[in-house]
Amino acid sequence: MDPLKLPPIDYGALLPMLILFGAACLGVLVEVAVPRRARNVVQLSLALIAVVASLVAVIMERGTRTVTIGGSVAVDGPTLFLQGSILVLGGVSLLLIGDRTIEQGGAFVSQAAITVGSQKDAQQASGQPGATEVYPLSVFALGGMLLFVAANDLLTMFVALEVFSLPLYLLCALARRRRLLSQEAALKYFLLGSYASAFFLFGVAFVYGYAGGIQLSVVHEAVSNPQRSPVLLYAGLGLISIGLLFKAALAPFHVWTPDVYQGAPTPITAFMAACTKVAAFGALLRVLYVAFEGVRWDFQPILGGIAVLTMFVGAILAVTQTDLKRLLAYSSIANAGYLMVGVLALNPDGLSSTMFYLVAYGFSVLAAFAIISLVRDSDGEATHLSRWAGIGRKSPLLAGIFTFILLAFAGIPLTSGFTSKFAVFGAAVDGGQTWLVIFGVITSMLLAFPYLRVVVLMWLSEPGETTPAVSIPGFLTSAVLALGLIVTVALGVAPAPLIELTQQAAEFVR
Amino acid sequence: MEHTFAPATGVLSNIWLLVAIPLASATILLLLGKRADKWGHWLGVASVAASFVLGLVFFFALSGLDAEKRSAELSLWDFIVVGDLKVDFGLLFDPLAGVFVLLITGVGSLIHLYAVGYMEHDPGRRRFFAYFNLFVSAMLLLVLGNNYVMLYFGWEGVGLASYLLISFWYTRPSAATAGKKAFLMNRVGDAGLAIGIFLMFTELGSTQYDDVFNGVDSLAASTILIMGILLLLGACGKSGQFPLQAWLPDAMEGPTPVSALIHAATMVTAGVYLIARSNPIFSANTTLQLIVVSIGAITLLMGCLIGAAKDDIKRVLAWSTVSQIGYMFLGVGLGGGAYALAIVHLLAHGFFKANMFLGAGSVMHGMHDQVDIRRFGGLSKHMKITWLTFGTGWLAIIGIPPLSGYFSKEPIIAAAFEREVAWEAWVFGGAALLGAGLTAFYMTRLFVLTFHGPARWTEDNQHPHESPAIMTIPLILLAVGSVGAGALMASTVPDWLTPVLGESEGEAHGVLSHTVITILSLLVTVLGAGLAWALFRKGTALEPEPAGVLVTAARRNLYTDAFNEAVFERPGIYLTRALVFLDNRGIDGLVNGIAAGIGGGSGRLRRLQTGFVRSYATSILTGAMLVVGAFIAIQLGWLA
Repeated sequence: MDPLKLPPIDYGALLPMLILFGAACLGVLVEVAVPRRARNVVQLSLALIAVVASLVAVIMERGTRTVTIGGSVAVDGPTLFLQGSILVLGGVSLLLIGDRTIEQGGAFVSQAAITVGSQKDAQQASGQPGATEVYPLSVFALGGMLLFVAANDLLTMFVALEVFSLPLYLLCALARRRRLLSQEAALKYFLLGSYASAFFLFGVAFVYGYAGGIQLSVVHEAVSNPQRSPVLLYAGLGLISIGLLFKAALAPFHVWTPDVYQGAPTPITAFMAACTKVAAFGALLRVLYVAFEGVRWDFQPILGGIAVLTMFVGAILAVTQTDLKRLLAYSSIANAGYLMVGVLALNPDGLSSTMFYLVAYGFSVLAAFAIISLVRDSDGEATHLSRWAGIGRKSPLLAGIFTFILLAFAGIPLTSGFTSKFAVFGAAVDGGQTWLVIFGVITSMLLAFPYLRVVVLMWLSEPGETTPAVSIPGFLTSAVLALGLIVTVALGVAPAPLIELTQQAAEFVR
Repeated sequence: MEHTFAPATGVLSNIWLLVAIPLASATILLLLGKRADKWGHWLGVASVAASFVLGLVFFFALSGLDAEKRSAELSLWDFIVVGDLKVDFGLLFDPLAGVFVLLITGVGSLIHLYAVGYMEHDPGRRRFFAYFNLFVSAMLLLVLGNNYVMLYFGWEGVGLASYLLISFWYTRPSAATAGKKAFLMNRVGDAGLAIGIFLMFTELGSTQYDDVFNGVDSLAASTILIMGILLLLGACGKSGQFPLQAWLPDAMEGPTPVSALIHAATMVTAGVYLIARSNPIFSANTTLQLIVVSIGAITLLMGCLIGAAKDDIKRVLAWSTVSQIGYMFLGVGLGGGAYALAIVHLLAHGFFKANMFLGAGSVMHGMHDQVDIRRFGGLSKHMKITWLTFGTGWLAIIGIPPLSGYFSKEPIIAAAFEREVAWEAWVFGGAALLGAGLTAFYMTRLFVLTFHGPARWTEDNQHPHESPAIMTIPLILLAVGSVGAGALMASTVPDWLTPVLGESEGEAHGVLSHTVITILSLLVTVLGAGLAWALFRKGTALEPEPAGVLVTAARRNLYTDAFNEAVFERPGIYLTRALVFLDNRGIDGLVNGIAAGIGGGSGRLRRLQTGFVRSYATSILTGAMLVVGAFIAIQLGWLA
């Protein structure tokens, strides 16, 4: 037997992930070493510096196209583009997470047993800096996501999935307000997430049985030259897809989404809606385009059916929602359907337009949740729709921005929502998936209704006595709002530079 | 004849100012709102006067050019560029456009000045001048465009201004209805014009005047006929010609200066301009010309007959306008040298009809807005200037030499008698001659009942008085034009227009000699006028008396309104009702049904979202079984 040889490692290509994991470990030490009062500033700065450094590393590696550590990590165009997107969106989410002006002590608490509104609670809010553990947890999640979109074998992918999921389960539970709802959401997310992970792992086992390896290139090879019964292959592909579709929130694996989006602290909801989507679709793209491209004719109709189901479930259920966070959750489900349309184009345009969509949607959704975090009453955020009646009279600027973001979600021209939908639908038509586009357009019409209902409610209803006040956003939240708005406008008016970037990046290595 | 236009050079490259100045004034007046109330009317007058001065400058610059290069084409920018369609935002100042510019801005300036006095006590005076300026700007664009799309642009612009001004007193139901009626009837004509322009583009690939005119020879006769009929439909709509004449008399609901400028002197002659401008198209098809001539003859007789039966001073003048434009249509339909005769009549008519409308306004001003000529009488003693100026207009329109109408109308009658086909010469010449006699009759009736005979005023404390100088000065200037302009223009304008309308074909020989026609037309005129004078010099009853079939029919506009109502309006209303029913029950039902279905479906689906992890897990498991099952099924060949 040959002596065990360490595979060659391209540290440069791995640097973005290494920086984040290192910073996250450092963050844990900070919790121990730095005095409480200073922790928030130190942790936030550390996290932001790590994200920026990691982003710089991604940009420096922009020309890299390689497979490293024994074929388990692939650094190529899509990897780098998606990593960059995750880092930018993650950095913006960190600004939301770090805001301490809207709520005294921040949106997170770690000692969740204290009754809300009690004396102890007030003490806790004024005397403690809130749960600063959220920063290392978020950075761990970000690191996991970077690895997830780069994973070139199924086990690495599974590990990355767990690395970014576990911190998210925890983060969901840390809401300062409505703690029971938050903890219930976290538990549900954890249980269902583990359940889905089990499907994924089971699928990996089947595929290993079929291909004799877990590397995507090996799977591709085996799919191209079938030698065994394909039952193993299809069972494996189905189960792996389910694990990924769960994370991407496609129907009927979306059931967790509304509850978790509603229960989680709003900055974390924003983080999940923007970054988790990128990560999940990044991995889905890689698995489908790299490993299973050879059986595209078999999975296209099945996943297409799921896309259509998702679009309809998201759009139809959004119609009757009365809570804004749940409404946005269903909107995010429907958007996952549109993204799936882009994925199923299965051509370079499909890849590039899906990546474009992810960035455009990410920024809009961050801005939307940032606005939701601003409309508050004494019980925290006022997310029930009826409370937003007439808010346009009270704070026209904020309602104006929200209206614009909603129009972007509805896909009105001159917003990024239009250009991105146009891009994925165009790619799908080129890819011969016109039927998906037809359903996409129909559901877009349905989905315009709930958005416009909110707009009408904000502007055309009389403000009631219970219409909550709108907090003045602090610097961090203002920055998020401004960035979300600017990107939504810019990608709507001049999408060409980013589209070109995605097109240059749209090639996987095997 | 090859149609080419010389590019604008020197001072003529500023012709865009003609359109821009009134437009700028209209914009300022509309945007400044109440802040401009104090001085807005003077800005309105000044902008049109400025355009008139510029028009004179350009006119003399143009007359300084050689006859064959006497045109100035100015391309400002690409207006529409879509596929093969390229439309220039371009202007063309040539002899034809030149005389129209002078008419519009010259008569326009006088009427603007008059309106300062006429509208003095109206709270909406600034708005009035804004619309009035808008009209002048659009009308200038109409005559200055160098392609049919620009013409159409101006055409719609004057339509808009006309609509706004007819219903200027929009709180009066009759004014609002009249505005709607004008708008709707114009739409019929405008649709024809638009389709005609589409046809030009499909057949010739361009809407530029020079391209179209040079391409006419290559078209099939039927295409030219259709194109011409479509353009004619537009012309009939705008000029109040049969069968689209009904809106014009109702348009008198607008303020009197509007009636004078838009509905007598300028806008309603746009149809004549369109046909004269498109003379290569109309001259290319004799059937087309016959249609134009017929419409002219029908309309001129119809206008005379109805005008003779009306008692409202402005409506009589309106029907007289319809009838006089009928003469112009007759002229442009005859073709050849008669194109220029029609334009001469148009210009002369612009003066004397504006003169009489303003005179009518002056009478109304002095008589508490009374319009019924049965309740006037004896005003010559009280309103000397109005009486004298109106008198010149009256003598001019009935064609007494040496006033302008004689020089402009008589040649058209003569030209009608020169038709090559004998029966046509007799029919159209006879109609024109009969029209001359009828015109003399009803205009004399109007004049005598208004200014002579016993006073039949019915309002208490009526003190007829002369209007202020700001109103009488324009009247005097227009009266001078009514007296002198005819002879002057009849001798110069035809030569001036030769580059645009072509050479006249020299002396033609009609069924009657020229001298005979002159004598005949003077005879019928004197006969008609004398008859009317004899009948009405003692006044008339205060109310219309029972009358014979013809007079009753004429009082009812020859039943054309009844016809329109029965044939278009009622079926239209039924169709609308049917469509509304279909929309409410059918389409809305479907739409609302779908919406309700989605709402209900959403409500049901929502119940599946129980909040229990166990049901969520079941959902995922079911989905997993379906997905894996589908894959296996495909593999086993059950699906796909």
